[in-house]
Amino acid sequence: MLKKTFTALTLGAALFAGQAMAADYAIDKQGQHAFVNFKISHLGYSWIYGTFKDFDGSFSFDAARPEASKVNVTLKTASVDTNHAERDKHLRSGDFLNVDKHPTATFTSTRVESTGEGTANITGDLTLNGVTKPVVIAAKFLGEGKDPWGGYRAGFEGTANIKMKDFGIKMDLGPQSENVELILTVEGVRK
Amino acid sequence: MQWRNSSRNYGLTSILLHWGVALTVVGLFALGLWMRGLNYYSQWYRTAPDIHKSVGLILLAVMVLRLVWRWLSPPPAALPTHTPLVRLASTAGHLTLYAGLFVVMLSGYLISTADGRPISVFGWFEVPALVTGIPRQEDLAGDVHFYAAWALVILAALHALAAFKHHFIDRDDTLRRMFGRAKY
Repeated sequence: MLKKTFTALTLGAALFAGQAMAADYAIDKQGQHAFVNFKISHLGYSWIYGTFKDFDGSFSFDAARPEASKVNVTLKTASVDTNHAERDKHLRSGDFLNVDKHPTATFTSTRVESTGEGTANITGDLTLNGVTKPVVIAAKFLGEGKDPWGGYRAGFEGTANIKMKDFGIKMDLGPQSENVELILTVEGVRK
Repeated sequence: MQWRNSSRNYGLTSILLHWGVALTVVGLFALGLWMRGLNYYSQWYRTAPDIHKSVGLILLAVMVLRLVWRWLSPPPAALPTHTPLVRLASTAGHLTLYAGLFVVMLSGYLISTADGRPISVFGWFEVPALVTGIPRQEDLAGDVHFYAAWALVILAALHALAAFKHHFIDRDDTLRRMFGRAKY
């Protein structure tokens, strides 16, 4: 299925050579078919999972020329939710996300490199806690096509690993818990 | 010393309530400030907040009893030497202290119960969550708790200074009768 779509799109791209094929998509915020989740080790014994509930963004994507893709996401840091109010309060405080001072985090892609069929490394600038650092998202194309309601959608998943200290997060959770893994799923509706 | 308040002196019940609450408030304030800075791997990281919450909820119950007792056995009348201004200031100060105590305790309760979790009081019993779902309740209640606690201890310090002023400058019975030992 995936292969067929790819082949069809590649053919399509060949047929319309010279014509821009990249389409612009808006993240499906209304239907919330997009997730910015994360996990972090608890003491090295298990995982804490969390999510950011409020974010929005867009991407442009052309299956034939994945390296021309672009993505932009803006996220409200105060929308962090780990299913525990006291912990969320702590995460929003100066020990972690400093949400009063830095209410938004952003990711803007700078380069997309294809790493295989339907996979790519998306390099971009992540601004978190007021610190901007390059981050690489290992992304996977999940699928695209018409939805049952008259729209056209494309979806991806990806993971990235960031070190909290790199972004000025000062709370020390121990050597097992220095990194946070971001687990992303994004579905866009073609504009 | 009798349990009830008399027209000249506070009785033992009010005296114990007053000094017990005073010590507890100072203790909870210090504990609250200290525990905020604890390292994640400190053995107190979990126990200090548990103690803070348990003692705070017990204090809330004690404060309700204190109000009931105040109604059952009203405090002694103002001293004849107290000017109308002093009487007004002390009434306003005491009212604010009572209100401040409840604001601090209730806001603390609203932090820990924001997501519906009950608060365990020393593992003896649980106080259920009654109010949840205010947007960012834990943050809002947390800000109120922090600033109201500071306001409360500053006001309590002024309250103590006023008592010293009555004792050392005016040389009246105001402080002595809070030990049940009015002279005049």
